[in-house]
Parts: sequence; structure tokens; C-alpha cells
Amino acid sequence: MRRALALAGRGPAHTATSSPAAVLARRSVSHITASNSQLTSTSTSTAKTTTAHFRPFIPSRRAAAPQVRHGSSSTPSESLSKTPLYDLHLAYGAKMVPFGGFHMPVQYESLSVGQSHTFTREHSSIFDVSHMVQRLFKGPGAAAFLQRITPSDLDNLPVFRSTLSTLLHANGSGGIVDDTIITRVLDGWFYVVTNAGCRAKDDAYFDTEVAKWNRDPSHAALPVEQSDQMSSRGLIALQGPDSQAILSFVLTEPIDLATLYFGHCLPAHVRLPAGDTCDVLISRGGYTGEDGFELSIPGDQAAAVTRALLDAGGPARVQLAGLGARDSLRLEAGMCLYGHDLDDATTPVEAGLGWIVPKARRGPDAGYYGAEVISRQLVPISKGGAGVTRRRVGLVVEGAPAREGAEIAAPGGGDKIGVVTSGCPSPTLGKNIAMGYVKEGMHKAGTEVDVLVRGRPRKAVVVKMPFVETKYYKGA
Amino acid sequence: MASIARCLRAARPALKVPVSRVCSARAFSATTTCNDPPTDALRKYTKEHEWIDLSADLKTGVIGISEYAAKALGDVVFVELPEEGKRVQAGDAIGAVESVKSAADINAPVSCKITAVNMLLEEKPATINQVPEDDSHGGGWIAKVSVDEQGVKDLDKLMDEKAYEEFTATEEEH
Repeated sequence: MRRALALAGRGPAHTATSSPAAVLARRSVSHITASNSQLTSTSTSTAKTTTAHFRPFIPSRRAAAPQVRHGSSSTPSESLSKTPLYDLHLAYGAKMVPFGGFHMPVQYESLSVGQSHTFTREHSSIFDVSHMVQRLFKGPGAAAFLQRITPSDLDNLPVFRSTLSTLLHANGSGGIVDDTIITRVLDGWFYVVTNAGCRAKDDAYFDTEVAKWNRDPSHAALPVEQSDQMSSRGLIALQGPDSQAILSFVLTEPIDLATLYFGHCLPAHVRLPAGDTCDVLISRGGYTGEDGFELSIPGDQAAAVTRALLDAGGPARVQLAGLGARDSLRLEAGMCLYGHDLDDATTPVEAGLGWIVPKARRGPDAGYYGAEVISRQLVPISKGGAGVTRRRVGLVVEGAPAREGAEIAAPGGGDKIGVVTSGCPSPTLGKNIAMGYVKEGMHKAGTEVDVLVRGRPRKAVVVKMPFVETKYYKGA
Repeated sequence: MASIARCLRAARPALKVPVSRVCSARAFSATTTCNDPPTDALRKYTKEHEWIDLSADLKTGVIGISEYAAKALGDVVFVELPEEGKRVQAGDAIGAVESVKSAADINAPVSCKITAVNMLLEEKPATINQVPEDDSHGGGWIAKVSVDEQGVKDLDKLMDEKAYEEFTATEEEH
């Protein structure tokens, strides 16, 4: 699961209300222990979870549905880790499923997936995203290092701003190792959030790349260090139109969230039900298309912060939501899910993520992995570039919902032109939406295609994404 | 109507009589009342969570998905109905039930010929969530079928209600 943040927008600089170093450096011995055991237990169980996904249903029925694939969701439950909110999930009647090496809630007994989806768009929901990996890269070479493995412009990313990016393969293919959100939290400190399902692969990738970087004599003055200082923290997402009011209510300082724009972040303190306070790192953004926030919280206080938010909003304004609603919400918002809509063989340009490559880094000599391939792909064939042969598009499908793996064909029994990578009935639109890859030339909005569901062609049309208008808080 | 369906569901684990005999008091129950002659239908379940009611003369049947399956699927938003007139073998995919989060095939519980489909589900797929095991007018049944000798034989491999309840109880533990 991934969330997407656009490049940081404009807006007034923030006055830090507490030192980020204080927020980030706080870790008790118990955290370290928890973190280490967690990493040990998950690194083995998630070795092949890059295609891990949840599409939960009764196993025997699911196995019979050819278009539905099982990922690593068959991981034995003993090897799964628990997030800091595990007990809270059970207390709220969560239906738990294996996802990315963790026991994760897919939905709660109070609302169905469809109801939870709509509730998020109308009020607000809290999602536990603690399964995602919170990394920290420090050192004089941190920005330059990250600019080698991603196409982002991190030299010019202000402190407390975030950017959506992709980790790229070192072989120069332009293929995506994982998608990520990178935030500068201090000069020379970058907070990097990656997908749970890619944990083992990303761990190996970062270990190799950091070692390679530091070994290079020309980087003698630019070392980079990967720190696990953030790894035991909890991460929750508060999403929906009521989010700002609810979050404001639990903050100890009179922080004006109205000046915290999409793609910005800041450290703050939350007042806990027991009377004490807790340091949090607040980022404005999320994975639903709604306005909202993500809160990075010390692991042992993540449940208390979640309860404080639930109390502040009350059940009429805020509910817990699971992976089920998270998936349909992100799909309506046109956002990619790694392992489905993105993979090792897909480049950012094919995925329609060319916008994550800033102008300053669009040349073949930009110095990041895959720059030659990606820079040529960014220029269409008609303008002398290489362009791409396939592209990610949005589809609206008539009749049956198209799911991952459904073939896309030219209309009227034509040739195969692509494949669906995500799809579901859209609770907001009441139509079947899907995203997938089609041959260049068939990607324009309005193009009619067929999608094969259970062997039968269904009419579909290429549409622009997002399917549902996003409501990011970007200020005036 | 929905609240009654919920009550039925809540009572289900203790329910020892076949659901088909339970009078489902519905808004339009004028057509399907408790005065209907009690059928001697035999209800059996598959491991894939379909049910089939076979008539006393073993010639015709009604197919649907179980309450357990309907609940696991969540809000049903689309039902792909079987093709009328089609002959199928036990286990063949004949349609599908879809919710926001997942899709599930409907498989033929026994070899049979589809003689009618429940058109109500095209317009009101959520009926599957309300009364999935109701084989009457307004119920969530999927298709009516005719059964031959092979179909009757296939029936032996299926579970009765008690066995199915035990089966789903062990599935839930996983």
C-alpha cells in the first residue's frame, strides 16, 4: 500500500514548535528491543512479498476465482508481526488479514467496506499504516545519495516538505524498486517511508546502495548513514474532511493547521487521554484523495494517540477504517499500489509518474539510476524522444467489475492491448473503475476498449484519473 | 425488511430447521407466506459455500450462496447470473458475486441445467446480503435448475446443514 504526495506546494514557512531532533531522537530501550525483534521476524517472512496483496475472501472460493490471485497472504499467522495498534483493532472488532508480513485490519464490524469508504469521504477515518517501513538517512551525503537512487530534486527540498518518489534499479533499466515518500526533516536528515510488502527487497537494496556509496573514494566527504531510529514508530493516517478539526483538538500547542499545506509536515505534541503528551510528526497528505494527515508516533504511544483522536471526533465523525476501504479509496484517487500497478519492470514514465521527475533532473546526465532511459522516455517519439510503448490508464468498465489480471483488448474481438492491474466497483461513482496498462496509442481518454472478465468481453472506456476529484489542502 | 433479515442471521447458529422452512416475513410477503405448503426440499452445501435445495421428486432444484459466504463477501454490488438453458457439470463456474473488496465465482453444486435465473439480483444485488438462503420470490437465490441422475449422484458429495456449520466453524479458525 502506498500513499502519494505531490511535490511540495508553496506556502509560508513553518515555525517549528518543537525541535525535530527531539521528536526523532526519542527512543527508549524497549523500543530498540521491539524494533529489532520485529525486523528479525519480518525479514524472513516477507522475502517474497513484493506482490503481496490483500484481496481477502474465503480461501476455497477465492481459489476458484481465476482472476483473483493470492499473494503472500497465505503466510502462516505465527510468522506475522503485530503493529502497535493490534489490540486496539481487536477491541474494535477488526477482521484481521495477513498483509505485508503483518496482521492488518481489513475492515471493522461497525461498517462494511463500502460504508467505511463513504464515511471517509464524508467525515473521517483513521487507518493503521504502521506496517509501512519508516527509514531515516542521515549525513552530509544523504541528499546526494538519495538523488542517485531516485529522480527527485532533494537538494532543493525545504525542511519539512515531502515528495513522492521512486527507488530505481541500479542496473539503469528505469524499473521501480518501490515507491516512497521522502521528507526532509532536518538538513541532512531524510525520513523515507516505503512499502511493507517490499521490506526485505528494500532492506537489501538500501544496504547495498549505502555500502556502495560510502565505499566510493569520491564520496569521502559525503558519507550517508541509514538509521533505524524511526523503524519502531507507529504510523496512522487520519483522512477525510473532518480531519483538520479533529487533529486540532488533540494538539497541545495552538498550531494553525490551516497553514500546513499538502506535502508539508511538522512536529507537534498530542494530548493523551491519560493527561500526558506525546511527540508526533504530522504530514499533510495520504492515500485516499481526501484532505488528511499522517502521524508518525512512538510505537508505545501509537494506540493512545489513536484513542485520543477517536475520542476527539466521536463515532459520528471518525471511525477506524481498514485495508478494504483504503484500497477502493486510493483507486478512486488514481493512486498506484506497488506490486500491482507498479513493479520492477515498470518505469515511472510508463506508470504516468513522469511528473515526479523535476525539470532540473530531466536530462540523460541527471545522475540517477535509469536517467538515460527515463529521460528518453519523457520525450514523445513525435518530438524526437523514445516515448513509451505502454502506459497506465484509467478505465470505466460496463457490467462486471474488472479485477487485477483481466485482459484489455481492442473492441470487437480485437487483439490484446493490455492488462488490468487494479479494479473494483467504485462506491462513490457507482461504476466499475480500473487501472491498467495499454499500448501507446490506445491510452487517450475516450478510447473504447474491451475488458475480458470471466472470458467475456465487456465494454470499457479510457478515462482520465483521478476517477474521483481529489481534495488535497493546497491553500488558496 | 433488513432488520428482520438481521434477526434471522443472528439466530442462525441455533437454527436447526432448514432455512427454506422458516417463514421469512417480508414486505411483499403476500406472495410468499407461511401458508405456502411446506416443501420437503433437501438442502445441501458445497465447500465453496453454495447451497442447493432439491425437490422431493429429485427433478428440480434451487441454487444460491450461503449466508456465511454472503457475510464474508460484504456488500454485494454486482451479481453475474448464470446463462439460462446451459448444461453444466458439478464445480463449473456459472456466475459470480462481487463486492467492493472481492469477487467470488458461483460454482454449480451438482451437474444440472439452468432453467431460470433470479433477475431481481440484477436490480437489487444487495438482496444476497439480506436473504441469501431464501429460495422464494424476493429471496436471494441465484438460479433454478433441473437435475438428472448424475446431479442426484453429485448430491452425495455435499454437506448437510449440520456438517456445513461445522465446516464453516473450522474455516473461521484459520
